[in-house]
Amino acid sequence: MVNIINRLIAWLSIPALWLSLLLSSNQALAEGGRSTLNMPEGVTPVSIDVYGLHMEMFWWCVGIGVVVFSVMFYSMIVHRKANGAKAANFHESTSLEIVWTVVPIIILVAMAWPATTSLIKLYDTSESDVDIVITGYQWYWKYEYLDEEVSFFSRLSTPQEQIRNQAPKGEHYLLEVDEPLVIPVNKKVRFLVTSNDVIHAWWVPDLAVKRDAIPGYINESWARVERPGTYRGVCAELCGKDHGFMPVVVKAVPEDEYTAWLADRREQAEKIKALTSKTFTLDELMVQGEQVYAKACLACHGANGEGGVGKAIAGSPIATGDIAAHLDIVINGSKVNPAMAAYKETLSEVDTAAVLTYQRNAFGNNTGDVVQPIDILNFKQGK
Amino acid sequence: MAHGPAKGFTRWLYTTNHKDIGSMYLWFSFAMFLLGGVFALVIRAELFEPGLQIVEPEFFNQMTTMHGLVMVFGAVMPAFVGLANWMIPMMVGAPDMALPRMNNWSFWILPFAFLIMVSTLFMEGGGPNFGWTFYAPLSTTYAPPSVTFFIFAVHIMGASSIMGAINIIATIFNMRAPGMTLMKMPLFVWTWLITAYLLIAVMPVLAGVVTMMLMDIHFGTSFFDAAGGGDPVLFQHVFWFFGHPEVYIMILPAFGIVSAIIPTFARKPLFGYSSMVYATASIAFLSFIVWAHHMFTVGMPIAGELFFMYATMLIAVPTGVKVFNWVTTMFRGSMTFETPMLFSIAFVILFTIGGFSGLMLAIAPADFQYHDTYFVVAHFHYVLVPGAIFSITAGVYYWLPKWCGNMYNETMGKTQFWLAFVGLNVTFFPMHFVGLAGMQRRVPDYNQFFADFNMISSCGAFLFGAAQIMLLYNVIATIRGGKKATAEVWDNPEGLEWTVASPAPYHTFATPPEVK
Repeated sequence: MVNIINRLIAWLSIPALWLSLLLSSNQALAEGGRSTLNMPEGVTPVSIDVYGLHMEMFWWCVGIGVVVFSVMFYSMIVHRKANGAKAANFHESTSLEIVWTVVPIIILVAMAWPATTSLIKLYDTSESDVDIVITGYQWYWKYEYLDEEVSFFSRLSTPQEQIRNQAPKGEHYLLEVDEPLVIPVNKKVRFLVTSNDVIHAWWVPDLAVKRDAIPGYINESWARVERPGTYRGVCAELCGKDHGFMPVVVKAVPEDEYTAWLADRREQAEKIKALTSKTFTLDELMVQGEQVYAKACLACHGANGEGGVGKAIAGSPIATGDIAAHLDIVINGSKVNPAMAAYKETLSEVDTAAVLTYQRNAFGNNTGDVVQPIDILNFKQGK
Repeated sequence: MAHGPAKGFTRWLYTTNHKDIGSMYLWFSFAMFLLGGVFALVIRAELFEPGLQIVEPEFFNQMTTMHGLVMVFGAVMPAFVGLANWMIPMMVGAPDMALPRMNNWSFWILPFAFLIMVSTLFMEGGGPNFGWTFYAPLSTTYAPPSVTFFIFAVHIMGASSIMGAINIIATIFNMRAPGMTLMKMPLFVWTWLITAYLLIAVMPVLAGVVTMMLMDIHFGTSFFDAAGGGDPVLFQHVFWFFGHPEVYIMILPAFGIVSAIIPTFARKPLFGYSSMVYATASIAFLSFIVWAHHMFTVGMPIAGELFFMYATMLIAVPTGVKVFNWVTTMFRGSMTFETPMLFSIAFVILFTIGGFSGLMLAIAPADFQYHDTYFVVAHFHYVLVPGAIFSITAGVYYWLPKWCGNMYNETMGKTQFWLAFVGLNVTFFPMHFVGLAGMQRRVPDYNQFFADFNMISSCGAFLFGAAQIMLLYNVIATIRGGKKATAEVWDNPEGLEWTVASPAPYHTFATPPEVK
């Protein structure tokens, strides 16, 4: 409650904040040097350009506003009947009309010029050093490094308890992911943005990159990050229930660190592949299955398999019946309800085996079935 | 009976009287305004603090969608049609609208359209949850089953709007009193004439796009489905070809209202009448060639981006002309500040601020940062709330004494104005900040970084809501009684509507007046 009262005090500061934006856009800085009032300047040549354009437009608007509103307020104060003002009778002036048509056109040309050059720069995606395919899913991102054999999914990592107000919120609440996108600094990174389902938009303010991810299209954008650091963004286009819960995190690192990271990712992928042929115990699968369930299923099917947006898992005829049918719906998605996505690509064989085993044995389902990674592989290959 | 209204409910059900139909439109739109306002307050209550408190994300999306749809199609558009019904015949010296039976029909299908649309909230799978812009494929392949009802409701609303527009055009061209040449028509009539053409041009486009959705959902076509060879971006082009003229449909009649009010209270004729007419026509023309500025991030070729950027910037010219004309009308006038004038002045100032952010949004490279953030939300609420809502409120206060014969309570009117003015700015100004700082639109939850301004916005929203209850009370009290108004009501206002008695008789101008 004290928190609320403190924040309400911010009410009183509105005029002051407005003024501070006018005086200097970077006066009111929150932690981390970000302004709560203005666009970040960002860390790429394009973002710095865009920021400059934004501020230039802002000052033009302030200037025009001051002139127009001054005349208006002058009239309202001086030319009021209460002050004995007598109304004049003029009601047209061709020369005045010409002036206030031509002058704005000149100002518009002055605005359009730098905007055009910036846009040309922003559109130049040629000669890139690194190419990354970004695919939007409901509700996470997939990053695929072209020619590097590295690809992974990036999901919100904020725990449900924080969202449900059962735990204090961390600093990067809703702006944190399990696997950030890693890019090298001072390299031209090209983003190829598309979508697997509905339209999303990949946006990182510090990079001034916002591109719609559209099924059937590949949109291009680029960034040359000049400062190492972690840059946070979001999905900007309404994409359904969890639109607000699919952040973007970009880690820009020095080149050697980037190369090492790539090698590490490839090694990890090899390990996961090796695990596919291993046979797990029920307990091992249950432990891992619970984690996978929390990441992939819980949001729709409930913490106790009780259902919600999705159907109940507890006692479900699919999770307690034929294993093949259960595999089919998890791997290929539901044919009748598009909200139940296909997990063919998004879950590894081990994870799929674990979550299936978990669903068939948790929430009182107790079928005793154990699904092994090799079963998943065989199913995917149609064996 | 021949000279007065029928008794009881049939008066309203069967009426062909433009004043009765105008009143029904206005009451209906006010009811929708309150409903849309309740949806907005659900949104603002959820956004009061970070975290999910009141509603689930699924329902939140239904609220943002329904708020937009109800406000655009239920509150603003019918309110302007209501004002047109009441005022256009009286302003041009006509006894009624040209097509009175169609007038009745175009009103009475509206409540059913909204009954269908709002009822989707209670259906399995919930109501429309894809935003008022209903982008495919979220609104087709991934939509709740109720989307079909939504499509049907949009068709009915479109039919109602088209009929209303035809009626207005027919009235203006055929029913003007002798001597009332086109360039003598009040600006409200002019702006509505142009708006009616916009409606006829774009409502069929909206009908087309929802029909394509219907085909995709039920009849196996793939207009918007990439997997079937369709194109999701096509949806946006078609939608915004309707959508951009649509936003001018919601603002041009507002220009007409303030162009009537400002001269009255400045006691000085409107400056630059003919340039106002030309500016309105230019804005209407430009509205057809700027649609893709809503789509700068979809990946258009650079030539397309530049074209839509330049065309959009051009809109600032005729809009600027209008603002300069209003300011010059006030200059060296003899001003008083009754409630309609307060709302009109606030309209000019706040609409101009909304115009500034519009100009910023037109700059394509900068729009890559602004697009789909709260900066956009701030922008369009700054043009629509002061633009449409304030001008409608100003019009209601201005003409209410003519409608019911009683003066409204000026003190309460002014109090309502200040509540609404403060509420509006407290609600929407901070949205510029959170948008620039990186908060995207249409989310039920956000990082603590944006918390302060969201809380301020939410407080402002409730204040703004309270002001509307005050308007309702003031209007009802005025209808029930109060100081009798004279025929002129104000100090020497211009226009034929002030030559008839207050309240305006059930039938006016049965014999056409002579206009010199």
